[in-house]
Amino acid sequence: MKEDGIELIKDGKRLDGRGFDELRPIKIEVGVLKRADGSCYFELGDNKVIAAVYGPREMHPRHAQDAKMAVLKYRYNMAPFSVEERKRPGPDRRSVEISKISREALEPVILKEYYPKTEIDVYVEILQSDAGTRTAGINAASVALADAGIPMRDLVSSVAVGKIDGEVVLDLNAVEDNNGEADMPIAMIVRRNTITALQMDGRMTKEEFEKGLKLAMNACRRIYELQRTALIERYSEM
Amino acid sequence: MVYKVVIPGDFISDAADRAGEGTYVEDGKVYAIRYGVVDEKEEIKVVPFVGKYMPSKGDVVIGKIIEISFPYWIVDIGSPYEARLHMSEAPADKKIEFGNMHAYLDIDDLMVAKVINIDTLMRIDLRLMEDFQLGGAGRLIEIPHTKVPRIIGRKGSMIKMLKDKCKCFIFVAKNGRIWLKGSEEEMDIASEVILMIANEAHTSGLTDRVAHFLDSYSNKIRKGIER
Repeated sequence: MKEDGIELIKDGKRLDGRGFDELRPIKIEVGVLKRADGSCYFELGDNKVIAAVYGPREMHPRHAQDAKMAVLKYRYNMAPFSVEERKRPGPDRRSVEISKISREALEPVILKEYYPKTEIDVYVEILQSDAGTRTAGINAASVALADAGIPMRDLVSSVAVGKIDGEVVLDLNAVEDNNGEADMPIAMIVRRNTITALQMDGRMTKEEFEKGLKLAMNACRRIYELQRTALIERYSEM
Repeated sequence: MVYKVVIPGDFISDAADRAGEGTYVEDGKVYAIRYGVVDEKEEIKVVPFVGKYMPSKGDVVIGKIIEISFPYWIVDIGSPYEARLHMSEAPADKKIEFGNMHAYLDIDDLMVAKVINIDTLMRIDLRLMEDFQLGGAGRLIEIPHTKVPRIIGRKGSMIKMLKDKCKCFIFVAKNGRIWLKGSEEEMDIASEVILMIANEAHTSGLTDRVAHFLDSYSNKIRKGIER
């Protein structure tokens, strides 16, 4: 917002020197946890996220079982030290909502019918946050699910676009998110060109929305390639 | 032979009629459903790196009794579902009745059993394999069940070599549990080699490397004795 005196775009570049369609640097590590069936460490700029997958395993409580398919559980949780001011630990309105939309973003690709009466647990822990943690969480969870050997039709990739100083830009960081006009995270199945999650906070015109969506979908393709490379390389070292 | 690693959603082939386990067909094209390696010998299959064991009829598994609930023993077979063994599976001369089931098989006991039936509710029925008593001192090791074919090898070549060179009793069950019986030293070698095979199951030339490893190991031991 201009009245705060923060200028988010200078000479066609953003505060951290990125162009409008540039992602923050991404780092993916597969199989970082020994006890989990599948895991992934994901870095998106200053976001640091770890995802762990357990199961399919016996579902408890029993009455919540589905006789036809597995139940997917997703827990998004921010560490108290992940943000500048200490976050009160435990689930809150925000993390419950993010858990729900993230679960729904992943559900369409998982073949839950393979494991009736079981549950698949996905735990996403945010170790450090710098805006865009839900997208980083979905990316990490999707790789961790593949690593756990869960049958899936595709991977899911996710990224956010937003509007700052009147421009549509990709992958907002915390400063841009707090001082910008809009933020829109999406998740998609790259090969099928299908959107599985889309949220918007703020206002954008129809043209800006369409431009942003295109930007985000292209970025998802790049993220997908990185996820794929990380998984392939894990078993190609030897 | 170079193994091709695939991730879920990877395109494998156009031959939809040959699509096998671990794949799905969409618009006449075959895609991977799991993270693993492609096997295109006859059917196009994806052999997953890991994954939970799903029992199928006829599998021989090593189970652990986790509960006694008359008239069943509830057995953990390393899958997402518990299996059950009916009281009548005990030998007829044992006179099993309510209250004394633990006298024949107690909680935490290990047993070898065959999966005889799985119903739509995923209730798994077992039959005791009497010829395989896991009595006495031995060692149980667990590997991902997806690596079991690699431990066995083509026409049993790998397991035969392990048995010859380690000189200890090795029983490999379908659910990835392996029972070893022999001297401490023999079991150490055997478990080390088996874990090595499980870790490198996706690489080629494994049989030769394992043979080499076993030879150098036995040389080391012989030298140790001479000294």
